Amino acid sequence: MSQAPTSFLENAPVLVRDWATGFLPAPARWFANSLIDIVSILAVFGLLFAFLTLAERKILGRVQNRPGPNRVGWAGWMQPFADGIKMLTKEDVVPIAADRVLHFLAPVVILAFSILTFAVIPFGRNLVPLDLDAAVVYFFAASSSTELAVFMAGWSSHNKYSLFAAMRALAQLVSYELPLLLSFVPVVLATGKLSTTGIVAAQAGWKWGFVPHWLVFTPWGAAGFAIFMVSALAESNRSPFDLPEAESELIAGHLTEYSGFKYAIFFMAEYFGMCALSGMAVTLFLGGWQAPLPALEFIPSYAWFAIKLMALLFGFMWIRATLPRLRIDQLTRLAWKFLVPLALVNLGTTAFWFLSTDWSGPFQAIRWAVAVGLVILPAILLGRSLGSGLGPRTYRYA
Amino acid sequence: MLGTGLLKGLGVTAKNLVGSFYDPKRFVTTQYPEERTKLPEAYRNFPFLVSESPEDPMGTLRCVACQICEKECPPQCIYIEKSRDKKPDANGKMQIYPAVFDIDTAVCMSCQICVEVCPFDAIKMDQVFEIAATDRFTGLLLDRQALAKPNSYFHQIHPTEAEEVDGRLAAARRAAEEKARAAAAAKAAAKAAPPAQPPAEAPKPAP
Repeated sequence: MSQAPTSFLENAPVLVRDWATGFLPAPARWFANSLIDIVSILAVFGLLFAFLTLAERKILGRVQNRPGPNRVGWAGWMQPFADGIKMLTKEDVVPIAADRVLHFLAPVVILAFSILTFAVIPFGRNLVPLDLDAAVVYFFAASSSTELAVFMAGWSSHNKYSLFAAMRALAQLVSYELPLLLSFVPVVLATGKLSTTGIVAAQAGWKWGFVPHWLVFTPWGAAGFAIFMVSALAESNRSPFDLPEAESELIAGHLTEYSGFKYAIFFMAEYFGMCALSGMAVTLFLGGWQAPLPALEFIPSYAWFAIKLMALLFGFMWIRATLPRLRIDQLTRLAWKFLVPLALVNLGTTAFWFLSTDWSGPFQAIRWAVAVGLVILPAILLGRSLGSGLGPRTYRYA
Repeated sequence: MLGTGLLKGLGVTAKNLVGSFYDPKRFVTTQYPEERTKLPEAYRNFPFLVSESPEDPMGTLRCVACQICEKECPPQCIYIEKSRDKKPDANGKMQIYPAVFDIDTAVCMSCQICVEVCPFDAIKMDQVFEIAATDRFTGLLLDRQALAKPNSYFHQIHPTEAEEVDGRLAAARRAAEEKARAAAAAKAAAKAAPPAQPPAEAPKPAP
């Protein structure tokens, strides 16, 4: 780790928190501190959710050459609050046949689990809500528990569309769980740590003074990052993998029987999941809160984290604006026949990379060539077989 | 290779995203209540009654209450009552006029058949579209006061058609005047000179 610059801005959030809780007796301080951490995460990501919905609508609008929402407030900036008020004042309909308890519990559970994932993400040098030894394992345990809530919502609605959608969602989420988990195993192999702070610390420093030691700048890291992002798209039910709420087929999927603020909570959970997975991608592959150049270290670490997070979230929206929805068989085929084998090969590539660390001179070039080949060749070969014999369907009428 | 199509698509959307900020040709939205696009001349929706002068719209309606439009209207949204007396029309000729002329715009389907069948060019298509009303029975049922609009307005919204109609009406008026003059001249001539003797019987051809 390079020398830690201790500028005022860098430490400001922690200083403010300690000043606020300094009046309390010592035994109550850690409790108050954690409470402040939780409240600030909820406030920051709650507001981020509100403005992400706006940003998404604006960006989608611009991509389609229209202005997007621009009526409420200044150029549309108050739109999220107008939406919130609309959601709050809508009638909350619960079907008479629904399991009332589960129907109520599903949005609560999905929101709870998606908020839990924020606990282990290092937002800045000093902004780590919870420094667990097995933080990565905890993160994926919490994020995959949201699948439970999706099925809860589908089952308790007592609606065939909801149930079909929930089963589809389970198929999708379980399928993509595997490449998601396999794609970060190389990171654990490389850094030897499961703690997020440890993984970020392992990516500190620069080669030749300007190439950061981020894992995405290695062949296996780039491949892992790509697999991680594709799986993250699927895990957060985002387009082009938004099959659970394919409205042309399933009305609104597992959200069919939800109205008013419960519906908004599912949306909130989707955006939280997106933010958390992007935050994890930043932590695992993009160097966390590390600055990309030594000269840029004067910008506080949490700002760097925010910039990287925003870039990834913009990527999510860009992809949503571009790609049409996949069919369910294409979706599962992509996971099982393409991403999982690639992630497994990537493990081997990583192993090779670390067996050859002491190669030097021309061998270094060979090392790069072999690693890049190990990433690209399987992708080409698997990509070729992915669509073979499965051309466009022809429909014949009986 | 797998993924090149995806990258191409991402390129297209990125071009749109950036282009919409500086290329007005891409960014074509009109902010409707504040800005308005000029409607094309051919745009039409509900009919209106043409009157010659804006000062006295009821006195100078071209409509003579012949009720052809009422009979032709497919959804039967026109209701006309003839007047019992006659008033001079724009040409000074005594004509019946519509005492009641109602169009129910909730029923009207903007087919323009009333315009096509009108022999007097008295009913034409309007360009208004902001006609939302809180009560369909009063707000959307237009009487002759609401329907009457001056010829100058017609010139404004459909200049080409109005020009052609005006020319046709002027020609008809000239023809009527000439005919009247010719008739008057003939009458005067007939009064002045006694009718000529019928020509003598033609000689029979030789058998």
